[in-house]
Amino acid sequence: MKILVCISHVPDTTSKINFTEGDTKFDTNGVQFVINPNDEFGLTRAMWFKEKQGATVDVVNVGGPETEPTLRKALAIGADSAIRVNTEPTDGFVVAKQLAKVVQDGGYDLVIAGRESIDYNGGMVPGMLARLSNANFVNTCIGLEVEGTAVTAVREIDGGKETVSTSFPLVIGGQKGLVEESDLRIPNMRGIMMARKKPLTVLEPVEASAETASVKFEKPAPKGAVTLIDPDNVEELVNLLHNEAKVI
Amino acid sequence: MDTQTQNKDILRGGQFLVKETNCDDVFTPEDFSEEQLMMKEAVMEFNDREIIPNKPRFEAKDYALTEEVMKKAGELGFLGVAVPEEYGGLGMGFVSTMLTCDYISSGTGSFSTAFGAHTGIGTMPITLYGTEEQKQKYVPRLATGEWFGAYALTEPGAGSDANSGKTTAQLSEDGKSYKINGQKMWISNAGFCNMFIVFARIEDDKYITGFIVENDPNNGISLGEEEHKLGIHASSTRQVFFSDTVVPVENMLAGRGEGFKIAMNALNIGRIKLAAACLDSQRRITTTAVKYATERKQFKTPIANFGAIKLKIAEMATNAYVGESACYRAAKNIEDRIALRMEAGNSHQEAELKGVEEYAIECSILKVSVSEDVQNCADEGIQIFGGMGFSKDTPMEAAWRDARIARIYEGTNEINRMLSVGMLIKKAMKGHVDLLGPAMKVQEELMGIPSFDTPDYSELLSEEKAMIAKLKKVFLMVAGAAVQKFGPDLEAHQQLLLAASDILIEIYMAESAILRAEKNAKRFGEEAQASQIAMAKLYLYHAVTTIEQNGREGIISFAQGDEQRMMLMGLKRFTKYANYPDIVTLRNSIAEKVTAENKYCF
Repeated sequence: MKILVCISHVPDTTSKINFTEGDTKFDTNGVQFVINPNDEFGLTRAMWFKEKQGATVDVVNVGGPETEPTLRKALAIGADSAIRVNTEPTDGFVVAKQLAKVVQDGGYDLVIAGRESIDYNGGMVPGMLARLSNANFVNTCIGLEVEGTAVTAVREIDGGKETVSTSFPLVIGGQKGLVEESDLRIPNMRGIMMARKKPLTVLEPVEASAETASVKFEKPAPKGAVTLIDPDNVEELVNLLHNEAKVI
Repeated sequence: MDTQTQNKDILRGGQFLVKETNCDDVFTPEDFSEEQLMMKEAVMEFNDREIIPNKPRFEAKDYALTEEVMKKAGELGFLGVAVPEEYGGLGMGFVSTMLTCDYISSGTGSFSTAFGAHTGIGTMPITLYGTEEQKQKYVPRLATGEWFGAYALTEPGAGSDANSGKTTAQLSEDGKSYKINGQKMWISNAGFCNMFIVFARIEDDKYITGFIVENDPNNGISLGEEEHKLGIHASSTRQVFFSDTVVPVENMLAGRGEGFKIAMNALNIGRIKLAAACLDSQRRITTTAVKYATERKQFKTPIANFGAIKLKIAEMATNAYVGESACYRAAKNIEDRIALRMEAGNSHQEAELKGVEEYAIECSILKVSVSEDVQNCADEGIQIFGGMGFSKDTPMEAAWRDARIARIYEGTNEINRMLSVGMLIKKAMKGHVDLLGPAMKVQEELMGIPSFDTPDYSELLSEEKAMIAKLKKVFLMVAGAAVQKFGPDLEAHQQLLLAASDILIEIYMAESAILRAEKNAKRFGEEAQASQIAMAKLYLYHAVTTIEQNGREGIISFAQGDEQRMMLMGLKRFTKYANYPDIVTLRNSIAEKVTAENKYCF
């Protein structure tokens, strides 16, 4: 089984988010980058397939050289080799086009992508990639088993779960549930040392132009001050809820 | 080697005092390689996942948990970082070893102590002094955490005077084994270790001898109860009794009578690693205190906005920064020295031994300085938390108790202070570091007329660097005169040695911070490094004050009349700022940066 895990290089969840250039660009200054959590669940599940079922696991990222430490972390965790497509991930379509080429050339049976990356939360790539690669697609995947060529996947649906059967080639939009947080792996020292020796191939991009462009970003309005009202002053409470908060 | 050794003149141990260091020649935490950064993250993640959530269990003296987490650390390769690859380790350089020790140690002193005792003094005596057979037999198990090691040197009657132990080793009639008898005390990891490094005396030898002793209760080894300690609650600390314990002769470490040397050299490494083990605690305490200070409101204002709290935050962050600067500077010197010796044909074992020994002075300096910083940091952390800080429900209380031991073990800070000066003077006597020439020059300078020119201090940190050069003169003046006056009897003047060592320590720490800030300002820009520059300046200001005070105390303790007056004038000249730094503004800027980031951010 040949597995490709798509790895997004995203800001650590505790990062302070700021924008520059008139709120059109994310300010990466001082931001620590990590493997997209949804992708890390997928990578960890892929490692399970590698160890228990002899799968090979490659990882891929679309981005500049600054994303290589993130790919090498995936190698340190246990992936066999890494590919970086050397272009800006301007929008979901561009990323999906690049990944489709990698999938086509590599002949992968299973592609595990995160349901969405936690930076821009586009959530478009797995679906587009499945279409571009003529592969089956299971999104919001929280469980995945493979037996020969038969695949059983569990999806999260509103208020419950759905189990589906499908086959390769397959693209998964994965998330927590594929494995649990406690299953996530800390790269061991030997893995970190080995990562240096594993192949990291840089590919030039195929032609693809972005179909969307960011016009501006806005942060949520800061929380306002709390108005405290004396418990005896119900009239004032009603007045404020009616006239200011306009909820009653 | 995981950090590239550049072709450069590596500073020798103690030489910082007489040689100006170029900022490009110091290694700083900003120089970590990508691999080292990955290691750092892995270790931090381990700390966050396996140690910190279990803090209450460690505080409740759950010794089994310590062992369990040590096993997990072994599985991830953290115990074998410093062990050569041929013995099952990873054979990483000294900087990586320090980095692991640094970032694994902040969750609880209990784990930090177990980790340090095992990887340092529990394993290193064998990797450094063991025979090939001993290394093949024991080190791979220790490197993976299959076995744990402990170091049994201290006895009820032999603490700082380590060579005075009463434990004996008696050769059997057939010459095949030794029988060990005696009592060891304060043995970290005793409760779960598989093996001890035991020091015992053969007949009436002047010096003790080291042995590898497997922990077998059927071989006359018994343990005392767990000690009830102020801190490091889940570090197993017991007495160990040896009663006719039979140890094969091939388990003797190095040669007969070599034990004291092993003990001392193992402690050199233990000391610098202990310093590293106090760093992340400071970062974490600072971060926790800052988060509290930004949330806690009094007088309708977050207390982080008050000057009194800014002072504390700035000083806590500064000391952590300075400790980092000095620890990694020395670590890289050691790593480079080891590499150099290996290039010159030394075995790894010999190169490592001599490489660390070369910097024994720096190891002592770092141990003293950083162990005191972490205590102060925890103390101020409690103060920022106010009444809450005194409660066991907040993390400051345990941090404060855990920090206290660092001033005691691996040689008390008093012993290390005296050692640092004593070793430096010995090095000078042996001609390894030329102190005499520079000391004579200072004496001449004292006789001469001081220059009244106002130097040009417009270049970044130039006044600070000039100040460091002058502070070095203070040490040369005081120590030089003291050596002249007392000769070998100087050893008996402990209070004078303590004063001299404080001068030495402050010079090394302040210089390390200045060099790091300068190096970073050069490559990342002055504006981006404003806080680092401010911290280097703030620390130097305190260093000057400490040095002035200790210099005066030293001088008046042994010099009288004209000599005293002349030296005091020299002291004044050598500790004089042309332009005083505005300490309040510096502190405020540092505190505001740390508060804005809501964490220790350097």
